Amino acid sequence: MSLDLQRETEPAIELVGIDKKFGAVHANKNINLTVAKGSIHGIIGENGAGKSTLMSILYGFYHADQGEIRISGKPVTIRDSQTAISSGIGMVHQHFMLVENFTVLENVMLGAEGGQLLRKGVASARRELKRLEDDYGLEVDPDAVIEELPVGSQQRVEILKALYRGAEILILDEPTGVLTPAEADHLFKVLRVLRDQGKTIILITHKLREIMAITDTVSVMRRGEMVATRKTAETTVEELAELMVGRRVLLRVEKGEANPGKVLLSVKNLTVKDSRGVTMVDDVSFDVRAGEIVGIAGVAGNGQSELLEAIAGIRKPASGEILIDGKSIAGSDPAALRELGLAHIPEDRHHMGLVLKFEEYENSILGYHRDQRYGRGAMLNLEAVRKDAEEKIAKYDIRPPNPRLRTANFSGGNQQKIVVAREIERDPNVLIIGQPTRGVDIGAIEFIHKRIIEMRDAGKAVLLVSVELDEIRSLSDRILVMFAGKVVGEKSGEAGEQTLGLMMAGIAA
Amino acid sequence: MSTASVPLPAWINYGVIPILNLILAFFFSGLVVWLIGENPFEALQLLLIGALGRGEGIGFTLFYTTSFIFTGLSVAVAIHAGLFNIGSEGQAYLGGLGAALVALSLDSYVPWYVTMPFAVIGAALFGAACAAIPAWLQAYRGSHIVITTIMFNFIVSSLMNYVLVRVLIVPGKMAPETRTFLEGGQLPKLDWLIGVFGGRLGAAPLNFSFVIALVMCFLVWVLIWRTKLGYEMRTLGHSPTAAAYAGMRYSKIVIITMLISGGLAGMMALNPVMGASARLQIEFVGGAGFVGIAVSLMGRNHPAGIVLSALLFGILYQGGAELSFDMPAITRDMIVVIQGMVILFAGALEYMLRPAIVRLYQQAMGR
Repeated sequence: MSLDLQRETEPAIELVGIDKKFGAVHANKNINLTVAKGSIHGIIGENGAGKSTLMSILYGFYHADQGEIRISGKPVTIRDSQTAISSGIGMVHQHFMLVENFTVLENVMLGAEGGQLLRKGVASARRELKRLEDDYGLEVDPDAVIEELPVGSQQRVEILKALYRGAEILILDEPTGVLTPAEADHLFKVLRVLRDQGKTIILITHKLREIMAITDTVSVMRRGEMVATRKTAETTVEELAELMVGRRVLLRVEKGEANPGKVLLSVKNLTVKDSRGVTMVDDVSFDVRAGEIVGIAGVAGNGQSELLEAIAGIRKPASGEILIDGKSIAGSDPAALRELGLAHIPEDRHHMGLVLKFEEYENSILGYHRDQRYGRGAMLNLEAVRKDAEEKIAKYDIRPPNPRLRTANFSGGNQQKIVVAREIERDPNVLIIGQPTRGVDIGAIEFIHKRIIEMRDAGKAVLLVSVELDEIRSLSDRILVMFAGKVVGEKSGEAGEQTLGLMMAGIAA
Repeated sequence: MSTASVPLPAWINYGVIPILNLILAFFFSGLVVWLIGENPFEALQLLLIGALGRGEGIGFTLFYTTSFIFTGLSVAVAIHAGLFNIGSEGQAYLGGLGAALVALSLDSYVPWYVTMPFAVIGAALFGAACAAIPAWLQAYRGSHIVITTIMFNFIVSSLMNYVLVRVLIVPGKMAPETRTFLEGGQLPKLDWLIGVFGGRLGAAPLNFSFVIALVMCFLVWVLIWRTKLGYEMRTLGHSPTAAAYAGMRYSKIVIITMLISGGLAGMMALNPVMGASARLQIEFVGGAGFVGIAVSLMGRNHPAGIVLSALLFGILYQGGAELSFDMPAITRDMIVVIQGMVILFAGALEYMLRPAIVRLYQQAMGR
């Protein structure tokens, strides 16, 4: 018992007075953090709170301006990721760092081949992989090719890679973003085993539920500062949310009864193929009426993106029909669809919704730039565009309120507000939305959700695609679940998480 | 990774960094000159005096500058839409045929200022025609524009050989060139411009196409930053997926952009063909199309920057020629080495000094 207690209190990592500035941005202010050995420690905070900067300092991507890092009590200087690895720190990135057409074994060995010739290294890596599998229950076929593995298994390979390099401290950055609820549960099981075997785990996330489900202790960051550290058992979701945002937050959206009118968007037997000719959307039919929000739930990659792109006119359907207000949109490009009153908040604001190198005001007209109000004929009237952008900035509280700032320099939440403002302010009849709050901080989530519900209450048809089940459940009046390109079921907005989760995994209809 | 995203004020980005790069380029060029046993300071002095010392030198410098402005603009317009036009050389060459055909048909009937607008249009049309097939292939067949424009340089070169040797050659003459244009087909020299600075143009071929080049700079600036088409081009250049999302037609923008780019390259021919030699000669472009790539990169694809970097290359061309004349140890090839240094440091290694300057800047701002 006493030994157990000692193990718990011995720190694996101590950060003392870490400070980091990027120009005028104070990303980390005098951060102190102690993570006990053999524990799971959560770090939460809004986007831009400084979590990623802190972890990048720990992993050697950035150098702290001031402060000290101690590992198992000893001060270390982490110059680059090589020294981080040799100090026993492993990192599982949000976006996997795997060579897609290599096997599991080859990926695990990458950078630790052990000599000029591969043969010896392969044999020892295979043995070591087997051992890790037995010890931690991380089962993956070592000869499987990465691109053929499901996302959950790919993530396991990332964890194996870190362990193979002797990681004692494992940092996971938003690990469940791409997982089904079942896969996330499996991951948590693995993390608990790792902890019980004495590994230390740092989990970065913005999902409060995960923090409550898996961590032993949790630290909250806000605006570059470490504002609180709590034992998970002694805190609540409400307290953490308040600490993150600095004020009380409505976690559940308030909305009245839906009042559905006539069908504004109708999808009939739609089939969409991707560029390789693989069927991504398979014979899908549904209607969205005026004054209702229809949510499409599903794990990422089950055809939702292609469905949205087909409706938005970006991707040509292989067969089937899409009707807006009763009129077929076959052959219309996105510009023509905007004229018909369709607005599209795309899933990926970085590659689609925005041009990050543009100044803010230039993005505020993307897709509507041919409108005569932004300049007669072929010319662009910059004054009119900027005035329009300033109005949207004021109305949507986009910060900093500077239309001349480069879009890339806005935080995720404010970037998303630029897109939302542009699309909603055109007062469209049909609004299709993909991942409205991905990478967006809690304050902005609340704001965006309110705007979406206002659109519904104003009698617009809203189609919402999101991989965040919570978001789908709290906004939607009806929920369709997509799996492998098909709509596998429809539920009311009150459907339970478990029911939907099983449908998303293709297990129950 | 850590400093690339730090914003620097414009005076550092567009002033301090390019000047430091240039100093480095001259330092290493000087080192090379010193290695072959010549005095680098003397060489630099000869180069600068050769390029800027007398009215005639300035005239030659600005003559080269004019050509580089046209080809630099041509490359820049394409780059804004994400297209790398390596074919300015060939487009300029074919543009020469357009200008020459106009000059040959009109020169005996009308004065130069009547011929000029038609010649501008003719040169631009022929240049654009040369870019049209690569553009179409890129837009509808996905053939890479870099490859196709390079191949068109060779095609045009052969075509022009044929045209000059078989069709337009003056009967009974050996040189593959057209007859000399009459005065109605020549662009006037700009003696008055040099006169303003108290010099004399002498034999230098600086001509009215310099003015046309400056007008084109302004028009390109308007196109890129003040028109809806320019907005679409820049969107496509930064993010093809965002352009598709916004309903911009990829194939349409690619073709229009390349036609404009080719047209600008074609206009370059006005300068040597109608301004300097008053006839269409074989290989008259002489690499100006390729220099345009360096000019555009160094000028950050902005017309104002292009004028400055074209001027720099004009100085290197003219001063380099004088230098190799005065210092026989420094051959034409050495001049190419020096030009290469400038391209290397100001173009390819543009960001080499940036991290250090970011750090200095942050320290100076008191962190």
